[in-house]
Amino acid sequence: MAKIVTSTKSCTVNPLRMSQPLGASLAFMGLRNCMPLLHGSQGCTSFGLVLFVRHFRESIPMQTTAMSEVATVLGGFDNVEQAIVNIVGRTKPDVIGICTTGVTEIKGDDLDGFIKEVRRKHPELANVALVSVSTPDFKGALEDGFAATVTRIVETLVEAPAPGAARDAVKLNVLAGSHLTPGDIDELRDIIEAFGLQPTFLPDISGSLDGHLPDDFTPTTHGGVSVAEVAAMGSAAHTLALGEQMRKAAVALEAKAGMPFTLLRRLTGLAAGDELMATLAQISGRPVPAKYRRQRSQLVDAMLDGHFYFGGKQVAIGAEPDMLLNISGFLADMGCTVSAAVTTTTSPILEQVPSDEVLIGDLEDLERRGEDCDLLVTHSHGRQAAERLGVPLFRMGLPMFDRLGAAHQVAVGYRGTRDLIFSIGNVFIAAIKEPDVSSWRDAAARPERFDAPITAH
Amino acid sequence: MSRLADKIQEVFNEPGCAANQAKSEKVRKKGCSKPLQPGGAAGGCAFDGAKIALQPIVDVAHLVHGPIACEGSSWDNRGVKSSGSKLYRTGFTTDMNENDVVFGGEKRLFRSIKEIIEKYDPPAVFVYQTCVPAMMGDDIVAVCKVAAEKFGKPCIPIISPGFVGPKNLGNKLAGEAMLDYVIGTREPEFTTPYDINIIGEYNVAGELWQVKPLLDELGIRILSCLSGDARYHEVAQSHRARAAMMVCSTAMINVARKMEERYGIPYFEGSFYGISDTSESLRQIARLLIARGADAELMDRVEALIAREEAKAFAAIQAYTPRLAGKKVLLITGGVKSWSVVAALQEAGLTIVGTSVKKSTKEDKERLKEMSPDVHQIDDLRPREMYKMLKEAQADIMLSGGRSQFVALKARMPWMDINQERSYAYCGYVGIVEMVRQIEKALSNPIWDQVRSAPPWEEITWESRADAANAADAAQNAAAAMPAARVA
Repeated sequence: MAKIVTSTKSCTVNPLRMSQPLGASLAFMGLRNCMPLLHGSQGCTSFGLVLFVRHFRESIPMQTTAMSEVATVLGGFDNVEQAIVNIVGRTKPDVIGICTTGVTEIKGDDLDGFIKEVRRKHPELANVALVSVSTPDFKGALEDGFAATVTRIVETLVEAPAPGAARDAVKLNVLAGSHLTPGDIDELRDIIEAFGLQPTFLPDISGSLDGHLPDDFTPTTHGGVSVAEVAAMGSAAHTLALGEQMRKAAVALEAKAGMPFTLLRRLTGLAAGDELMATLAQISGRPVPAKYRRQRSQLVDAMLDGHFYFGGKQVAIGAEPDMLLNISGFLADMGCTVSAAVTTTTSPILEQVPSDEVLIGDLEDLERRGEDCDLLVTHSHGRQAAERLGVPLFRMGLPMFDRLGAAHQVAVGYRGTRDLIFSIGNVFIAAIKEPDVSSWRDAAARPERFDAPITAH
Repeated sequence: MSRLADKIQEVFNEPGCAANQAKSEKVRKKGCSKPLQPGGAAGGCAFDGAKIALQPIVDVAHLVHGPIACEGSSWDNRGVKSSGSKLYRTGFTTDMNENDVVFGGEKRLFRSIKEIIEKYDPPAVFVYQTCVPAMMGDDIVAVCKVAAEKFGKPCIPIISPGFVGPKNLGNKLAGEAMLDYVIGTREPEFTTPYDINIIGEYNVAGELWQVKPLLDELGIRILSCLSGDARYHEVAQSHRARAAMMVCSTAMINVARKMEERYGIPYFEGSFYGISDTSESLRQIARLLIARGADAELMDRVEALIAREEAKAFAAIQAYTPRLAGKKVLLITGGVKSWSVVAALQEAGLTIVGTSVKKSTKEDKERLKEMSPDVHQIDDLRPREMYKMLKEAQADIMLSGGRSQFVALKARMPWMDINQERSYAYCGYVGIVEMVRQIEKALSNPIWDQVRSAPPWEEITWESRADAANAADAAQNAAAAMPAARVA
């Protein structure tokens, strides 16, 4: 069981963490025809927008209430009202997702009250859904903002089924955490549909942030789950919650609509794949399709081929809690030692991370703790640390701005795990140093890091 | 706060700004930026602007005092380059938490400065104020003063919280901080009659290094650049330069003008984008230096260098003109870049069919009109409008910043990045050749025909759908017959 420690530094150096409103915006971008709106100064939106554009290489819908200093002090109702009216006028969204930021939280702007007042003053906006969420920058991380938003979407938009109404046994709600890419969601959809189930993903960034050519230039999200589809989630028979962060939303959904949920903390690795398949087989009452039996066998083969390169490797990982558990668990399953684990926020799953210690800290901490590691796994901001340490960096998480294909990196299920073994294994292989005359002399001098030099052949 | 309010008024009153001279006192007080429209705004805040302006000072620790939002999502995201220290790429933030919000963040800020000095020993720490501590009343000026005394290191407060205004205001407030706390605090080891400052050049993608060899050859020393590839001590001693060139017109005019006022350093506004602008800037530098005591033969050497470099650049560009002549460019960028890039592209035989003027001043627009009367000046940057422009103007390529790239790319239109995050350098004689090479590379890529081809089963193309939508808009507007009532 990992010991959880919090950094005692005053100054954060090379942040790993990002703010709650970014997570909230990301979750809102999984709704169809949605405009995320940050209630704060325009920079809050601008920084987030640039970050998402660079990661997804897509246009990103995000707006701001453009709070000035004076408006911040006096309170932001006028700005929120104007922003909603302007957004509806300019972009005709089905839903606007409104998130607070640091300044408007400190002022104590009451978003729920604002929305009531907007509703009273503007009956013409009745067909636009408004979802608000409290996401102060000075608390929590991207994952927390994402999770809080999904919970709020459930509370605001899901319709409770009529008492005694029949449930649709084929419908499955899937609450997808922030650690999943659009590619992961596509993969999961294929798997779930193969069991004859009809999944509704909330949020569904696979339709909106997957990099495709839209039919028209819409300034809001194109793709994602629609407000009507979210409303209808109440009639499904079961909910799958992916990632511990989705627990609250699953509980809220259960409370509102009465269906049970299954929470899957991990989706990468053989055992995690088996758990996913067994869960779906049980929910659907169908056997695991032949396609996935074959994929399982391919994964087992990949583990056999790959373990030579993973075994004994020291890996330093910096990631948000759910991604940290998923990826560190997978690497430990393959024989790696997770020699350093740094994360962004608290979570009940942190103690399950297969490492002596999990630090809530930054990339400076990861760099210091990763001095002896063979591989660094974190988002693109780890590039400077990897360069200084002279070790390869495997990029995972957000932002990934210096590589192509962030949206389509798939790590879930048998096939995702198999391909991840190949990707990371190839990084290990590429870093192999050919033995020379003094290799064994050096190895003998440092018995604690004794690792026979291997060749790439 | 009143100190900040005074500072902002002072910046708004900037007499060096041509736009300001034309305004009445009342209009001037309102400031130079249009009020932001909630739900319809885009662009960075004043903190963003301050950071952009100063982060290129490479050996300084840039410490952002605020919650994680301000630095966490923006650190190490700009392509400015350094020839030495990489400390400017390290993200430092006080990362204020709930406790700090309740009890104030000054103590954490002080301890953060201490940790940075102990671990990284930079020549100076720049402390950036942001909205949350500004609202709480954290006095970063006082903290910086105490820290500077205690640790014997300059700690410079940059008071430019996001909510005071847009990016451009932040550029100027950053300049004010340099004037108040840094410039003039150190004497250079020696001076020469050939010492200049370059103000408002950030060395994006290493652009300064495309021009520096020319200056080196001429024996002209960049005493300080503000702020591309600069060191703290260079900025501190920049008051001893003989002349200054101001590169990005609106960003730091206050610095150039006040340095002229305080230290008698004459300046001119110039650009290194394009062949003729580069040549003219070199001549101007020589002119100002000669007027202040440099040997008049400098001008002969400048002219010789210009003749040589222009010939080389034109010859290099001519190799591309057969493939580029008559190609049409849509240029979406702000302010000074509009007219300087237009000139550059015309030299390459490209035709500019439209350019955005959203961020440009009235003067920029007039100057542009003078240079190329046929160019459409675009104010409306909504995606579908831009697509319409691409189509109606029959542009072959769009040049813009990263944010609008997808309008072009999703319309299967060649696009090239000419903004801050770009990865190629386009300055000086070699830079314009590089830009032309990149445009040619984008245009001639064989993907365009492939990506425009419809799949075999497609009956209605995306273009026809977009055209239909535009036609419907037009019909709706005509029917409404109400001017300016556009809500599409």
